[in-house]
Amino acid sequence: MKKASIIMIIGSLLLLGLFKFPLWNIMLGAPQYPDPLGMNIHIDGIKGVSEFDLQNIDGLNHYIGMKTIPKAEEMWEFSVFPKVILGMALLGVIIGLLGYLNKVSYKYFLGWFVLMSVLGILGMYDFNNWLADYGGNLDPHAIIKVTNPDGSPMSYKPPLIGFKKLLNFDVTSLPHTGGYLMFIGMSFTLIAFWLGRKMSLKKTTS
Amino acid sequence: MKNILTSSIAMLVILLGFTGCNNGNQSGGKSGALSNNIAEKVYVAPGEYDSHYAFISGGYSGNITVYGLPSGRMFKEIPVFSQFATSGYGYSEETKPMLNTSHGFVPWGDSHHPDISQSKGELDGRWVFINENNTPRIARISLTTFETEEIIEVPNSAGNHSSSFVTENTEYVVAGTRFSVPIPQRDMPIKDYKGNFQGALSFISVAPETGNMDIKFQVLMPGFNYDLSHPGRGKSHGWFFFTTYNTEEASTLLEVNASQNDKDFIAAVNWKKIEEYVNNGGGKMMPANYAHNLYDEHTHTATSTIKKEVRVVNPIDVPGAVYFIPTPKSPHGCDVDPSGEYIVGNGKLSANLTVHSFTKMLDAIEKEKFAGEAYGIPILNFEDVLAGVVEQPGLGPLHTEFDGKGNAYTTFFISSEVVKWKIGTWEVIDRKPTYYSVGHLTIPGGNSGKPQGKYMFAMNKITKDRYLPTGPEMEHSAQLYDISGDKMELLLDFPTHGEPHYAAAMEASIIKEQSQKIYKLADNKHPYAAKSDADTKVVRDGNEVHIYMTTIRSHFSPDNIEGVKVGDKVYFHVTNLEQDFDVPHGFAVLGQNNSELLIMPGQTKSSVWEPKQVGVWPFYCTDFCSALHQEMQGYIRVSAADSDVPIKWSLGEDIE
Repeated sequence: MKKASIIMIIGSLLLLGLFKFPLWNIMLGAPQYPDPLGMNIHIDGIKGVSEFDLQNIDGLNHYIGMKTIPKAEEMWEFSVFPKVILGMALLGVIIGLLGYLNKVSYKYFLGWFVLMSVLGILGMYDFNNWLADYGGNLDPHAIIKVTNPDGSPMSYKPPLIGFKKLLNFDVTSLPHTGGYLMFIGMSFTLIAFWLGRKMSLKKTTS
Repeated sequence: MKNILTSSIAMLVILLGFTGCNNGNQSGGKSGALSNNIAEKVYVAPGEYDSHYAFISGGYSGNITVYGLPSGRMFKEIPVFSQFATSGYGYSEETKPMLNTSHGFVPWGDSHHPDISQSKGELDGRWVFINENNTPRIARISLTTFETEEIIEVPNSAGNHSSSFVTENTEYVVAGTRFSVPIPQRDMPIKDYKGNFQGALSFISVAPETGNMDIKFQVLMPGFNYDLSHPGRGKSHGWFFFTTYNTEEASTLLEVNASQNDKDFIAAVNWKKIEEYVNNGGGKMMPANYAHNLYDEHTHTATSTIKKEVRVVNPIDVPGAVYFIPTPKSPHGCDVDPSGEYIVGNGKLSANLTVHSFTKMLDAIEKEKFAGEAYGIPILNFEDVLAGVVEQPGLGPLHTEFDGKGNAYTTFFISSEVVKWKIGTWEVIDRKPTYYSVGHLTIPGGNSGKPQGKYMFAMNKITKDRYLPTGPEMEHSAQLYDISGDKMELLLDFPTHGEPHYAAAMEASIIKEQSQKIYKLADNKHPYAAKSDADTKVVRDGNEVHIYMTTIRSHFSPDNIEGVKVGDKVYFHVTNLEQDFDVPHGFAVLGQNNSELLIMPGQTKSSVWEPKQVGVWPFYCTDFCSALHQEMQGYIRVSAADSDVPIKWSLGEDIE
């Protein structure tokens, strides 16, 4: 149980990587942009991959009527996400410590994982909603209006994950270092649960 | 039987195979280039980079052109000494001061010998210097922005030709005078040239961090013509060598009168000794009048300061500082090998090539073996200093470069060829024709202790039939050779812009990485910059109207302006708000007696317009900046001089 608890603590602490590294990354390449423009989505705001990328993305997007990339203070998510992540990391550490002292059972580890997964899915859902609004809620006076074959306005929503071609841009959306650290951390807590369970089963059978 | 059949079929297959190969060769064309894979050696595939930068002087264009090697493609023309309507250099308010001189605004120059800055005898790729021959000046060009940052006028000089070569740590950029003149300038009969005219050799210090130039001292030499020069390096670091002609001191019909002496001189100048003398208060300040023009990357503006004195040194006052080495027949190029031991005097009217030894020179000086003196300057014996002679290599030797592998390459103007010879044995190894009448040649890393001896290119004076004809006036031709083997191999023939004299070249790695993409708007300190739409305005000050304007894809702000009157002096101060690589905007207004402006991202440039006619005049972006470039336009209303239309401006709504 001690080993499992240590893994639980390490797994929870890996969440803190999100305070340093981006959760997600969206890159936009085009014939005119052999060095693609890019945005890194941190839990506390969106930053350009290079110094002027956000300004340049906004500059291009004004042609098709997209809103500018929101500043941190313009979205409640960027003030709530850091608190949620910090809270979850702390909670995980506390559960791990209590597990170490045999005050709680390994089942709490799974409980933490499930809670984190639910929050994660909610976060992704919210993020996807934002992407849909960002890419689809266009200025009716946009300079360039592109319609789908059925006459509806084309959406410039970047993919939640993966690759998509949007006019002349190749858009790639993937988790970044902070996101990967979070996934690894979450799987650590799952391993902690599995280890804890194995140990406790061993104890009961022996 | 079966075996025979099998082997016959095998033979047939092999034969067919051979035939196939032969056909392949024939269809590859009869061109020697293709059959020897020469084309591959200069082919830079689309999207790939050249391995070397070449900075080729534009001669009478006054500029420098940037080329790639081995492709021979031109990438940029950098305006230096001439107005350049393409970008507004020398036309915009910010850059007019760059062309200021003690003679006032000079719109044109004759650029000659670019040289890249060095550290420890190797090219460091920070700056390239170039001299202006006609109104003597030296310019320093940044190799991060590829813009001219500084120009200093050289007083007491005329025909600034034996310039602008740098010492091995860029302590100095040196400028010699081709035409001797009265110093100070005064009204006197030309026939009294002899003994009265002087030649100034200027040592211009270069500040290690900023590159800022300052004339440390001028050595006032006898009135010969100081034609070309090169620094000592390695063991001869601290010395500078200048070829001379017209030691006859003729002032008329020089083609005859300056070709009488069997030998002219190479002047060997111990600048370290003179520097020490000057640092101890030696020399004297004399009244002078020369411009020092400095461009500030943050204000995007040049300032011109007229300096009023310069320190001069009489060489006789510094014993052991200057010697003359006799060198046959009006030597032109003066080239020092990478070790610093050999000084090649390219006697342009001599059949032989003379090579002097630095060690022997020091020895002769130590033993005081002098053949005489000229104006108090000791003359060494030709034989005492001679290292060797390359016998009859060609006709009209001009310039020599080195490959760092013990070989030298000399151009021959009259016999139109480059000759490769071996240092030490003085034997000729190879010769290749040039097309036609070659002047300078360049090996990347040329004036340094470490030549990068893979390519050599020859810059010719005469083109004739090399390209599709373009009437009487043609660009000059250059030829690129592979010099990695024993024999030189002609790879490519490419046109050059203006008249290339020398060129400086180096491997691309350092410069490629440091090349700047944009100017940061946040660092823009231009007094008339508008850094956002909120800063745009139109201000009247008497009959001057200042328009603080911005550009961003795809509009000007403001784009409707009223209240300007005939007789006003209208300043368009245009700031490019873009912070994206390679998105300049242009500006031009109908009828302006000026060039356009081409404004780089983050930059501010100003253009003056003095409207003479009432009307509503359009202005527009001249650079196809975006899909809506054609819409990037505006109107300025010009009213009669006595009208009372108020100053107003707008963007996106009607002026009320």
